[in-house]
Amino acid sequence: MTPDILIPLLAATVQSGTPILFATLGAIFCEKSGVLNLGVEGIMAVGALAGFAVSYYTGSVWFGFLAGGLAGMLMGGVHGVVCLGFLGNQVVSGLALTILGVGLANYLGTPLIGLSASGFVPVDLPLLARIPFLGPIFFQQDPLVYVSYGVPVGMWYFFKYTRAGLRLRAAGENPDAALAAGIHSVNYRWLGVLCGGFFMGLGGAYLSLAYTHMWANHLTSGRGWIAVALVIFAFWNPLRAVAGAYLFGGVMAFQFRLQASGTHIPSSFLLMLPYVLTLSVLVFSSWKGGSSATPQALGVNIEPAD
Amino acid sequence: MRKVLVLLVLALLVAGVTAQAAEKKMKIGFVYVSPVGDAGYSYAHDVARKAIEALPGVEVKFLESVKEGADSERVFLKMARNKYDLIFGTSFGYMNPMLKVAKKFPNTVFMHCSGYETSKNMGNYFGRMYQARYLSGMVAGSMTKSNVLGYVAAFPMPEVIRGINAFALGAQAVNPKAQVRVVWTKTWYDPAIEKEGAKSLLDVGADVIAQHQDSPGPQEAAEERGVYSIGYNTDMSSFAPKAHLVAPIWNWAPYYIEVLNSVKDGTWKSGSTWNGLAEGVVDLSPMSDMVPADVKATVLARRSEIKKGDYVVFSGPVKDQSGTVRIADGVVPSDQDLLKMGWFVEGVIGTTK
Repeated sequence: MTPDILIPLLAATVQSGTPILFATLGAIFCEKSGVLNLGVEGIMAVGALAGFAVSYYTGSVWFGFLAGGLAGMLMGGVHGVVCLGFLGNQVVSGLALTILGVGLANYLGTPLIGLSASGFVPVDLPLLARIPFLGPIFFQQDPLVYVSYGVPVGMWYFFKYTRAGLRLRAAGENPDAALAAGIHSVNYRWLGVLCGGFFMGLGGAYLSLAYTHMWANHLTSGRGWIAVALVIFAFWNPLRAVAGAYLFGGVMAFQFRLQASGTHIPSSFLLMLPYVLTLSVLVFSSWKGGSSATPQALGVNIEPAD
Repeated sequence: MRKVLVLLVLALLVAGVTAQAAEKKMKIGFVYVSPVGDAGYSYAHDVARKAIEALPGVEVKFLESVKEGADSERVFLKMARNKYDLIFGTSFGYMNPMLKVAKKFPNTVFMHCSGYETSKNMGNYFGRMYQARYLSGMVAGSMTKSNVLGYVAAFPMPEVIRGINAFALGAQAVNPKAQVRVVWTKTWYDPAIEKEGAKSLLDVGADVIAQHQDSPGPQEAAEERGVYSIGYNTDMSSFAPKAHLVAPIWNWAPYYIEVLNSVKDGTWKSGSTWNGLAEGVVDLSPMSDMVPADVKATVLARRSEIKKGDYVVFSGPVKDQSGTVRIADGVVPSDQDLLKMGWFVEGVIGTTK
């Protein structure tokens, strides 16, 4: 492949990987604390709507982005009330959250369909953008992509080197032992659920503020589910999540470019590729022993000590 | 005194009843597959609905975002039970549910858009959008510098394939070197995916983007890259003021009013209607100032030729992608052949699968 085909392909890879990256990081954050959240798709949908609506009414894209995160946090809060407050089943609550979130966003978003709001546009980073090959791929993107470069590193640092990060992981690995050491695991699970929801919401907001500048029903179109699978692929490691998200973004971007270049492969097959990849990733991760990286208490509710 | 009051009340009641009988309004229902705010397909139908609503003696209702299949059957059933006189269903997948309901309610007239089934009280109709697409292809072919036109398309079915072919023939009529590259998204309204599809076409050198979906996603992509675009359904220039050249558009109001009047005076007959530029159901939106005057003149001249029937978009010789003659010299294919079209004309790059 010549550079003039490869560079746009890789730049598109980064862009279509970014919403999935935010969502995957959110899911990792949540699951590290021991709470399984299958509601990513619904949380993203609400985040996308909130982001667009706030950007439309206030005219500020950054407010919109923040609102997307906060709306995601609110949805995460619902999951928290069910699973941490009432010890509800985490799988069922997550699935319900997906149905609720997508439905709610479609319902509330109807008046906003067909409107256009201001959104993020690509900004070249000084100096970096001029690096040959890498510059046009990584540093001629919109500001939210630059934000997404920082989050995985920050999250990795948080888990590894901060006290709160270690305690959050303890809540996900062995809440009883953590309790014996005087850590209120439930509080750290709340942190996981709320912050996780925040990042998932950001992923949604990316879709309506940067990827496109409009709102549509089912804008997330399955990206939340891909994020759920990518958590396993990433072995719950924020840095590996980057590779996973870009892999998916790459396949999505690649299949369209293959079509545009005039291939004879049926389009149905090409459009199936990202989902085939999802399945292969799950098989691969299980085979590679990804399950040993699973937070040990994932999906297990903390019984109140009485 | 009481007697007078009672009489007065009675008189009022009688007057009320007779007034109601005289005012018996015709009930008309519209069922759309997407939200009316989509600036696209359903919006175009809804513009006609509003025109009907302004007429006297009608009661008009619409339902948006009604899923094809079982959901739509429930909606048609409810409308028919509520004694609607005329129901329009504007999506292909409404066809079988509508047919089922139509058989049970012979007093309601059902009109289905874009299908092929008819019954005693169910007719179908659509527009020859390919005629307007041909004209938009002429604009695109005149404006391109790279001779590569990008076409973001929804599903590989005859309606879409026919539109792409007409677009390509229009472009080739003014620019023999023009080629049309096609990307399928398998979506009708997904701005993110459709924009991505458009970008991939821009990356292989397209400098005009056309689309057959309802979202303005591809328009956005063209605007951001500073190239031209061709809209669809309605004038999409508000989404891409610097890119949008022209759009093939729907204009349903005259036809809907005609159907309404025929149902009202009892002359409605079941059948299939496939109107085009001549009847005004499809047309071109006003062309942008970026289109030079001579191009505008050529396109408008061809428009009036098609309108008068002096020019036919699909007329032989037409070759397919492999160079085989599919429509022989001097032959004009029948509507049946056009409705089944499943191959691309020469100069289109992409697959029909």
